[in-house]
Amino acid sequence: MKFGVVVFPGSNCDYDTYHVLNNVMGVPTSFIWHKDTVLSDYDLIVLPGGFSYGDYLRSGAIARFSPVMNAVKEYSEKGGLVLGICNGFQVLLESGLLKGAMLRNRNLHFICKHVYIKVRNINTPFTNALKEGQVLRIPIAHADGNYFASEEDLKNIGANNQIVFQYSDNNGKINDSVNPNGSLLNIAAIINENGNVLGMMPHPERASEKILGSTDGKYIFKSIINYLKNRR
Amino acid sequence: MKAKITVKLKDIVLDPQGNTILHSLNEMGYEKITKVRQGKVFFVELEETSKEKARALLKEIAHKVLSNPVIETYEVEIIG
Repeated sequence: MKFGVVVFPGSNCDYDTYHVLNNVMGVPTSFIWHKDTVLSDYDLIVLPGGFSYGDYLRSGAIARFSPVMNAVKEYSEKGGLVLGICNGFQVLLESGLLKGAMLRNRNLHFICKHVYIKVRNINTPFTNALKEGQVLRIPIAHADGNYFASEEDLKNIGANNQIVFQYSDNNGKINDSVNPNGSLLNIAAIINENGNVLGMMPHPERASEKILGSTDGKYIFKSIINYLKNRR
Repeated sequence: MKAKITVKLKDIVLDPQGNTILHSLNEMGYEKITKVRQGKVFFVELEETSKEKARALLKEIAHKVLSNPVIETYEVEIIG
């Protein structure tokens, strides 16, 4: 098993993600430079958080044209697992690998805090270690996390069980008062139709060691490892 | 040739920045202002003599790069 973390100019969660995958989860992991074009021997590609290309134009808008993104697209079309965290989620939206777009947070603040998210689909490679409706405590850190999609896309995403996490309270109640950024339907994470590309705003790599206050993020990485082991 | 490309949020999309600016203007006493939508303007220069070809090229970059068609619309204007 081998994982890869893409490094764009301006990525800043690449080392944290590498550390958790390689040292905490124990899966050999390497960095993938944004100019690389070959991704064949990886079992998971992570697009990490950060501010690729300074978030110029729109978050993720320039990164989607990096040479590596063609390879990521091809890799995902062949069924490879792709996980986009925060800015990585924004890049996936801009590249069209996931439906929708991110708007500025409704209160205009850069929000950096722990939030609760409730899992809505445990039948994915990224959530199979979770119990139905389980609530996780994981931090968010973004200015553009206000998820938007057209009415039609939103309907399809809901009907196909592509909403994977929603912002909730600690008991799993979902309402507007626990929606940190104004996302439609409290959406914190969605998956593509084929179920192999996940985008999430919360940072599981910042919640994978006790010293950081929560280890709930490990459920995501454990799920991926479970899935890959069973697939073999 | 010179051109101006204006990128706007679609009407159905919430504009938190525009709303905040509107609110501030109203607070400052500019009560006649009833709507603000924030957008982007790009001033572009290009090597092209045919207006038609220029327009096609500008539309292509506006659609593919400068705007996100999920949330935004654009207008292309040749200005010189």
